[in-house]
Amino acid sequence: MSIAWNAFTPASALIGGAIIGAAAALFAVLNGRIAGVSGILGGLLRPQAGDIAWRIAFVAGLVAAPLAWRLLAALPEIRVDTNYFTLAAAGLLVGIGTRYGGGCTSGHGVCGVARLSPRSIVATLAFMAAGFATVYVARHLISQ
Amino acid sequence: MYTAASFTTGFVFGLGLLVSGMVNPAKVLGFLDLAGAWDPSLALVMAGAVAVGAGAFAFMKKRTRTLLGAPVLLPGARGIDSRLVLGSLVFGVGWGLAGICPGPALVLAGTGSAKGLVVLVSMIAGNGIFEFFEKRKRVAPGPAQVRSS
Repeated sequence: MSIAWNAFTPASALIGGAIIGAAAALFAVLNGRIAGVSGILGGLLRPQAGDIAWRIAFVAGLVAAPLAWRLLAALPEIRVDTNYFTLAAAGLLVGIGTRYGGGCTSGHGVCGVARLSPRSIVATLAFMAAGFATVYVARHLISQ
Repeated sequence: MYTAASFTTGFVFGLGLLVSGMVNPAKVLGFLDLAGAWDPSLALVMAGAVAVGAGAFAFMKKRTRTLLGAPVLLPGARGIDSRLVLGSLVFGVGWGLAGICPGPALVLAGTGSAKGLVVLVSMIAGNGIFEFFEKRKRVAPGPAQVRSS
């Protein structure tokens, strides 16, 4: 392992992380829920009366963030090198896995770990390990 | 009121994802590439988020109502099962393939990125596959399933 110091952005990472944490805190304190994106989005496919509007509002907020950002400044660098086929496969796996696993990077990784939930800590270790392994296989074993 | 709070949370969350670099798949993959030139930034994103979130969750732990008077719906303690682990592993493989998890998928779609839209649509299709099998299981006789959220 070598650290890519030129790509390392500690300040924006910590500040961005703190903003994400503030959003999760806001949601817990005001709505009493976990700000878990996969569960909030996925729950829309199981619509129940009185359980729809807040989900749509949360999703709309996420989608609106880059739109509002663009009114004031240029968006930060976003680079997607992955081809469309792999992206579709990735999306499918993320969509299935997060629902069976009951959460994603936000629900388990941020909220669950912040609550010291054993389930979320196990889930976070599992998806991180699988992510590390997948990138290792894709970058260092398959495409040399 | 709760709907406005939801929108605000999603919005602030999205801004945080943009600031942190989580919306940039190249950066996320740089974090997941331990054997290559490793970019440790995203570990700090998580550290920052957990540090700020932890106080709020500790504050809510004993409460039954939120500051807006809503019932607290934070999940209680549940066991660790194969469903949790296998699902998370499958998610991790998908995350490693593209460097995009659910929050950033929505923000990427909001930037108008065609690739972001492809991930979002296939992700929702994945949610649909899960719901299809869950519904079949609910219809079939057998022990009641605990709903995951």
